[in-house]
Amino acid sequence: MKIIVCMKQVPDTTEVRIDPVTNTLIRDGVPSIINPDDKAGLEAALTIKEQVGGTVTVVSMGPPQADVALREALAMGADEAYLITDRKFGGADTIATSYTISSAIKMLDYDLIIAGRQAIDGDTAQVGPQIAESLGLPQVSYVERIEKIEEDKITVRRQFEDRYQIVEVKLPCLITTLSELNEPRYMSVAGIFGAYREKEVKKVTFEEMKEYVSEERLGLKGSCTKVKQSFPKQAKGKGTVHEVSEDEAVEIIMAKLIEKNLI
Amino acid sequence: MENKYENIVVFIEQRDGEIQKVALEIIGKARELAEKLNCKVIGALIGYNIKAKAQDVIAYGADEVAVVDNKLLEHYATEPYTKAVVKVIETLKPDIALYGATAIGRDLAPRVSGRIPTGLTADCTKLEIEEGTNALLMTRPAFGGNLMATIISTGPRPQMATVRAGVMKAMKRDDSRKGEIIEIDAGLTDADMNVKILEVVKGENKSVDISEAKILVSGGRGIGKKENLSMLRELADELGGEVSVSRALADAGYAEKALQVGQTGKTVHPNLYVACGISGAIQHLAGMEDSDFIIAINKDNTAPIFDVADLGIVGDLTKIVPKLTEAIKKYKAENAVK
Repeated sequence: MKIIVCMKQVPDTTEVRIDPVTNTLIRDGVPSIINPDDKAGLEAALTIKEQVGGTVTVVSMGPPQADVALREALAMGADEAYLITDRKFGGADTIATSYTISSAIKMLDYDLIIAGRQAIDGDTAQVGPQIAESLGLPQVSYVERIEKIEEDKITVRRQFEDRYQIVEVKLPCLITTLSELNEPRYMSVAGIFGAYREKEVKKVTFEEMKEYVSEERLGLKGSCTKVKQSFPKQAKGKGTVHEVSEDEAVEIIMAKLIEKNLI
Repeated sequence: MENKYENIVVFIEQRDGEIQKVALEIIGKARELAEKLNCKVIGALIGYNIKAKAQDVIAYGADEVAVVDNKLLEHYATEPYTKAVVKVIETLKPDIALYGATAIGRDLAPRVSGRIPTGLTADCTKLEIEEGTNALLMTRPAFGGNLMATIISTGPRPQMATVRAGVMKAMKRDDSRKGEIIEIDAGLTDADMNVKILEVVKGENKSVDISEAKILVSGGRGIGKKENLSMLRELADELGGEVSVSRALADAGYAEKALQVGQTGKTVHPNLYVACGISGAIQHLAGMEDSDFIIAINKDNTAPIFDVADLGIVGDLTKIVPKLTEAIKKYKAENAVK
């Protein structure tokens, strides 16, 4: 089974803070990680490979620094890694991103594509389905469990707010995974050595892709949305804090609940 | 006429023929936008044996309802729904198309955007019409809620967005409203059903959808032991709400993941959020700070939860919560309609 995993390197948003003076994001010193939903997708791919054999290829689009994330994937056990990187790809929204990634994937061989449901920096959940659309593949998103993998089909459990579906889908297809799908393995020491000494991260630039893409659909130019303005979230006006006896506390809460018509 | 894009189409999410609240919320918002644009709001009602529900969509504010009714649309599957929505968009040529940012909307809308192809803005919490240009301004949180971004569509029409549940307000139902119902044949065939749904299991996964709850009593590490969740349950019952938890408790296995509030859990915006023993890590705050009214009870007076709380109580929740439950019980008994 040939599996492609789409991955994104993201800032660990749990470490992102707002500078109280300038009201801007402090990104310095914020560690970069493999996006959690994608890492679960990689783990799922590695597990499938262990079960039925095959190869796991990781693909990421991003700046040259994303090399580190791909090395981590190699150290976890991925066989091949491609970094889609070029200034021409920069500033892309989800439509341009999915166009670029799917164009690169067209140059590869695959039975199954796994992408994380969403990245924690953008939270859009759009690129996976848009890649599937570009490649004309069936998709199942929000996969919380892989039930069965067979030669020509995969059965997964698809999460909704109030239910789940058990869905069988023929290969090739694309699934998007939730981080609760599994606990991703750690890199092994031998894996880390291998990732830097034996394996390589292959760069895919515009030069390699130019026969397969229209330049006007890439990057900022190819985007269908534009950020008009961004601003830090307005802090809510500070409420009141009371350090009082338990009975007084209950009285204060009751008064508020009644005032707000909540009971 | 061919190049004129006007009106607002709202995807009416239904499960088992039941229209989801998020769809009515978006209809309510679309109504406001339509007044500014002087155009119509059209619900796109897609499902099986669903036509009878069209009047409900009109009662909540739609001017017209486009119905795609087909056996293949009985359960949600990406391809048949995508084909149906694309057909509605091709037929009606709307200026704006909106979807709920739900497990269905976030699967469907990107697929539609890829097929058209045009832009899509995810998870919007605010929609406005720009003066002068009449462009749709779509505002959404990014970077785990640390940053807000206002986005405009620069691609082909329609301008598309998914909208977070619980943010917009539905209108009051008005059964005297009248509107046209348009039936659209999306030309679906069995070949469009490119996945096989073997089983649909309801409820078991998520007994309670906390993102829909009006009142949440939420527990964090500060509750101490798992047994103390029951006092939160009692308070929630008395308030007519549900129990949710922080990531710490979900990770510890005190509660199922579906009840977790926060960046890696659910985003909630109840009318009342009672945070009990939750310190308020930024990932947690990202998931609940839009609640209308927040009460925090915590021993540590430096806990960040107090920064977002409307009412903060520094104290021992294991003492305060049961007393509060009793006080509410007593109040309700005294004020009961006889």
